[in-house]
Formats: sequence, structure tokens, C-alpha cells
Amino acid sequence: MPRYGMAIDLRTCMGCAACVVACKVENRVDVDAFRCRVTQRSRGEFPNVHLEILSERCNQCSDAPCVWNCPTGASHYAEGGVVLVNENLCTGCKACLAACPYDARFINSRGVAEKCTFCLHRVKEGLEPACVSTCPSRAMIFGDLDDPSSLLVQTLGARNHRALKAEAGTRPNLFYLE
Amino acid sequence: MMPIDVDIAGRNAETFPVLHVWGWEIALYLFLGGLAAGLLILSGWMHRRTAAERLSPAVAWVAPLLAPVVLSIGMFALFLDLENKWNVWRFYTAFRWSAPMSWGAWILALVYPASLLFGWAAWSEFGPAGKRWVTGAPFPLRREIAGLNIAAGVALGIYTGILLSALGARPLWNSPLLGPLFLLSGLSAGAALLVLIEKDHEWRRTLARLDVRFIAAEAVVLTLFFLALLTGGQAQRASAELFFGGPYTAIFWVAVGFLGMALPVWLERLEERGKVAHSAVAPVLVLFGGLALRAVLVLAGQASHWEVLL
Ligand code: SF4
Ligand code: SF4
Repeated sequence: MPRYGMAIDLRTCMGCAACVVACKVENRVDVDAFRCRVTQRSRGEFPNVHLEILSERCNQCSDAPCVWNCPTGASHYAEGGVVLVNENLCTGCKACLAACPYDARFINSRGVAEKCTFCLHRVKEGLEPACVSTCPSRAMIFGDLDDPSSLLVQTLGARNHRALKAEAGTRPNLFYLE
Repeated sequence: MMPIDVDIAGRNAETFPVLHVWGWEIALYLFLGGLAAGLLILSGWMHRRTAAERLSPAVAWVAPLLAPVVLSIGMFALFLDLENKWNVWRFYTAFRWSAPMSWGAWILALVYPASLLFGWAAWSEFGPAGKRWVTGAPFPLRREIAGLNIAAGVALGIYTGILLSALGARPLWNSPLLGPLFLLSGLSAGAALLVLIEKDHEWRRTLARLDVRFIAAEAVVLTLFFLALLTGGQAQRASAELFFGGPYTAIFWVAVGFLGMALPVWLERLEERGKVAHSAVAPVLVLFGGLALRAVLVLAGQASHWEVLL
């Protein structure tokens, strides 16, 4: 059983938002909603400012509060540890939205919770997630965290990286290479 | 704290930058659930503690009958909040022990019939037209039913706070004191509503005095709640700052602290000493304060996050 994860290179990501568009097209996301987003934060005080660009999405947490707070079992772990929502079970109660420290979820036009799926439907066919295969600077690496020979594991072993809000304690599987 | 500018390409108004998942529906439900819990606990306790002939109509049958009505309105608000109402029954085809909302759904499924039974028992025993109207005999097990409703009320009252405190993603809510805080606030709201409808002078005094004690206890728990946040980690401190110099400071201290707690306690004291005439002002303020407490905590909680640690 694989354990899927992703790494995004902060040095090469230029914030073009191609991933955002690719995701919308691939997953037919509602017009006014997004499964992934690019945020820009400027930090510090002038003149010591720096800009940080982050391509953000669901972190597919190993200890996901969205899953254990879901009252119906609609939010669940699927293949490879990917967190998915079963639309037939979802009541739209928003417990999972409130529980996610990453604000990675939203309620779609069908009234159910939606979020990034790591494009599991593509992955199962041997393809990469749409955002990964679209990224013009190849800033994203997708792979199996349990496979030592994968590019993902080797890159994580070779480069400094961090997860966002690791202190929230959800054991995210999305890493940012510094 | 360092100033942080956030600009988002790929905007998601629903969830970012300030999450706003739960609105007035949830605040109203948390308030009415707490109020119903307060009514059940107080009237249940009176039923067990007081001889039947000494019970006033308000505590004898109005409160037990009002509790399921209040709860129904609250549950309707909860239903309104569901984005996928067709699937509401899914709550009852699963029990997820790790999900507080699942506990809540099942607690409601137990409290609701229990409160209806209590209302029925109280009405048929003490109601004006209903005296022993079904069997011609006293309602069987009335005191036991009252006891069951005390337990149900405590579960309901604490649960409304636990629902929020289980959400670790929101540092403001992530406190074990939220359960007791909401329970006490529900008790004080229940007592206030009883003061409002009580006609008997002696009972009203007793209930008003009880209310003052509940508010005092609530103030202690609220202080502990803030102390715990202020002495906690960075995210906790940042969330407490919402009430100390942040955007929720004025609304919280004026609506909840002053209008909902300090002023009614002061008024009750004056009424107690006969300095001012008894009026509906103090209990109405307490009820308003209870609603304001839920509303502010629901909104401020969603504005508190781990962003500081990014
Ligand atoms: S990032 Fe949020 S939605 Fe995704 S698995 Fe973690 S808690 Fe759940
Ligand atoms: S909104 Fe849907 S997926 Fe989220 S917690 Fe509620 S039922 Fe589960």
C-alpha cells in the first residue's frame, strides 16, 4: 500500500497559478471555488521585506481532524492515505471545514464538502496529479513516501523542507522544499 | 507580531483568508440548546427536591413544556445550517465516536424524547386543564423522569461547548473549559427565563438568586478560560488577543461582560434589597448575554487560527 505525498519547491515555484487552473479544469471545480490556491505573503517591515509564494492545497494529513470530526463517515481515508469525501454521505454540516487547520475545504454547489484529492483518479491510472503534470517549472514532486527509491523520498532526503503549521499536529503529507 | 500581508491568487471566499463556516444558525442553536438544557436541569431538580404542592406552575409544568419547544427551534436552526439537507438522516446511520457532532446528533435523539416525556408528565400532573387527564392517576415515575432529564440536560449543556472545543484547528475553541462555560451560561439563561415567566414572588426571588450564582460561576470559568489562553502557546495568545485589543473586544465586553452579566447581577441585587421594583429587564439582559456569548465565540473562533505559526 503506497502512502502518497507531495513536495513543492519554494525555489522554483513562481506563483503562476497554472496548478490552480489545471486543477479546476481537471476536477470541474465550481466557478467561484478552488481546490488549490496560490497565496502570496509579504513579511517583515520595510525595508526588510520578503515575499513568500505558496501553492496550497489539502495536506492529506495522516492524522486528519476532518476525518475524525466527520459525523457520518463521509470524510475518509482512501487508497494511499488520501483523504476523500463520499458525496452520498455528506450532510454539509461543515464540521470538517471548521476542523481543518489549513482551510483546505469548501462547500460546493451541490452542498457537500470538497477538497483536493491528489487526483487519485489519475494516479490510479499511473498519471500524475493534474497540478504536478501542468507545473511549467516542475516545482512539484508527487510520489510514494514509503518507497525509498522514489524521487519524492530522495529529494526530501537531500533537501531542507518543512510542512505548514506542523504544530497543529495533523501530520501533513505536503512538504515545501526550502 | 510581525505584520503579514496576504494576497491570494485563486481566491476562495468560502474558506480564506478568514474562514466563515458557521453563522447565526449555529450560534442560535448553541444558545437555545443551552437554554433548553438549563430549563430541564432546573425544573427537573425542582421536581425532585420540592413537594408537589409547593411547586409553582412555572417550574411545575411551564418549564418542562417549554424545553422541547425551545429545543425544536434550536434543532430547526441546526437543520437550516446543513448545506445538504437531503442527507440529514445520515447522522443516524452512523455513530462516529471521534466526532463530537455525531455525539451531538445522538444526544439530541435521546434528549428530545426525554424532554417531551417530561413535558407530558408535568403537564398531565400540574397543567391547568390537564390534571391527571390520561389515567386519572398521578403520572407514573414523574420524579424518575425528572431525574432522567437532569442527566439529559447536563449532557446537552456540556456538549454544546464540547462541539467547538474539539476543533483543534481553532485555537480559541480548543479549551476544555468551553463545556462547563456553556453549561453554566445555559443554566443562567434557563433561570432567567423562569424568572421572566414566574408569577409567584417567593419563587421568583429564589430563581433570581440562583441566576446570580450561575452568573458568578460563569464569570469565574470565563476568567479561567482567558487565563488559559493568555498563558498558552503563540496561537492561543493570538486568539485571546481578539478579546483584548482585537476586533471582538468591544462587542464581547459590552454585550457579554457588561450587558449580559454585570448589569443584570447589579439589577438583581438592587431588586433584592427593594431599591428598584422587580422588572423584566434583568432576565432579558441575561438571555441576550447568553446569545451574545455564543455568537461572539462562534465568530471569533473562526477568526482564530494557526496562521501565526506559518
Ligand atoms: S489539510 Fe485539512 S482537509 Fe486536508 S487532510 Fe488535513 S485536515 Fe483534512
Ligand atoms: S460537511 Fe460532510 S464531509 Fe464534512 S464533516 Fe460534515 S458530513 Fe462530513
